[in-house]
Amino acid sequence: MAIPKVCGIETEYGIVARGLDVTPTVASSLLVNAFSDDGLSLRVWDFVGETPHVDARGEWDARSEYPHVESLMANAVLTNGARYYVDHAHPEVSTPECASPSGALLYDRAGELIIEESMRRAATRLPEGAELVAYKNNSDGKGNSYGCHENYLVARDLPFGLLSRRITAHFVTRQVFCGAGKVGVEQPRDGEPGVPFQLSQRADFFEEEVGLETTIRRPIVNTRDEPHADPLRFRRLHVIAGDANMSQTATWLKLGTTAMVLSMIEDGGFPESLVISDPVSAVRQISHDRTLRRTVRTADGRDLTALDIQHELCDAVDRWLDAAPDDTVGGEGRAIHAEWSRILGGLSDDPVSVAPWVDWVAKHRLVEGYAARHSLAAHDPRLRAIDLQYHDMRPGRCLARRAGLATLVDDRDAMLAVERPPEDTRAYFRGECVRRFPDRIVSANWDGIVFETPDGLVRVPMMDPLKGTRELTGDLLSSVSDVDQLLDALGGGSTERVDSDPGW
Amino acid sequence: MQERAKKHASGGREDEQVDAPAAPSGTSDRIKAELDDILDEIDGVLEENAEEFVKNYVQKGGE
Repeated sequence: MAIPKVCGIETEYGIVARGLDVTPTVASSLLVNAFSDDGLSLRVWDFVGETPHVDARGEWDARSEYPHVESLMANAVLTNGARYYVDHAHPEVSTPECASPSGALLYDRAGELIIEESMRRAATRLPEGAELVAYKNNSDGKGNSYGCHENYLVARDLPFGLLSRRITAHFVTRQVFCGAGKVGVEQPRDGEPGVPFQLSQRADFFEEEVGLETTIRRPIVNTRDEPHADPLRFRRLHVIAGDANMSQTATWLKLGTTAMVLSMIEDGGFPESLVISDPVSAVRQISHDRTLRRTVRTADGRDLTALDIQHELCDAVDRWLDAAPDDTVGGEGRAIHAEWSRILGGLSDDPVSVAPWVDWVAKHRLVEGYAARHSLAAHDPRLRAIDLQYHDMRPGRCLARRAGLATLVDDRDAMLAVERPPEDTRAYFRGECVRRFPDRIVSANWDGIVFETPDGLVRVPMMDPLKGTRELTGDLLSSVSDVDQLLDALGGGSTERVDSDPGW
Repeated sequence: MQERAKKHASGGREDEQVDAPAAPSGTSDRIKAELDDILDEIDGVLEENAEEFVKNYVQKGGE
């Protein structure tokens, strides 16, 4: 039986400092600090347990660059259980762990609101006329890409090679409904015809099927083995092959379909005939053909379009769902499947009909319409500007907000989610502790919190993402008035002594 | 899902016109009609100097 698909999204935003001569790293720090100075967060992230260089294939890839973790820049744990920090030269919001795709969508929207609020607060601290602007996209159009990563809890006993080969078919083809669209092509290959518009922001950047890197020679399946949970039971599949979406439907479907295909793989129900022969070429070819007619070869020798493969996956998931328990994928399995099927049907019949739900269709409509209205050539910079500004996080400038996209999240709920954690994962305990005991927490990370006590530092490990929920810890947290009572109530079996603060 | 199942059962993509479209009929026309309003709005909020804006939008690779 597939394990619950706890999931979350990490989004790196593009950043522009206007009227201000600072590096992108400083601009990102100004943005994050503008939000996290307000007491709603804790500015200490604990890097213990972070192992971005450990390879899920169990072998060291000698060609791999050692991923660099920067520990000195703005780095906050929020009361909603999220992490908000500077990653390299970008502000990044990692949602808390969520028990359902709609939960992760809610916290992704909360992340957007956090960015909006950060821009507003930063503007009040900057010189007259200066502002910081964030973009929820994945490319600058000049060959530089930054990521929107998804994470899914996967059973450790599933062989990684098998998982990787099968999920690749979904990663290569799901861009037909969750591609964010891009004007032009980056990193052009010899002999390849250029296209004025493609489905995905990220497709141009994948060069390997499987690998450890995330910044160079990007692989379709990332092997980073950093479970942030009990490593004997869990794997965290770290997905780098996706675009940041402005469409809430696209975000929900991206998470929901991937969670279901992963569950189906765990249950042994994946149709092996859908494995793609040359996925690295296919991801690019599919993205470059917005007519959706391009075929790619499957391992069983068929030439199928991405939509054909998606339809077959959708049908296989339908059969798998018949035998799955009702609470599968956070209880949303049937709803996700119905929407997935509807969108695929719309893409097959007339892609324009799904413009309210599919980012690349919505964006292409703006680009094409604007070019026609003003008689612009395909390379006119105004079309690139529309592409970039589709992702502008300033409500007054964002074109995605004006593109007629459907919304699934009530912003009143998202406002609450800016401050409150989800109740159905360990993020509840993390967020509540940050809210209640900020002065007593030395550091926190995904799988533990370190408290300061009169007898030294004590860590509360949280190795199971589905523990630490409101159901399991809500009464306890309400019954204690300080950290000492909390730790007494938890007892020695639930805590561990820490020798010293690592100094981060 | 039922529509897709039919589509597969009856032989793939050739029967697209026979199946009920997944989106309500008329959606495409309505979406096209809305476009003019959206383009008006884009004219109002698009960066004034698009060429400069695009040229200056340079990011460091991330992740």
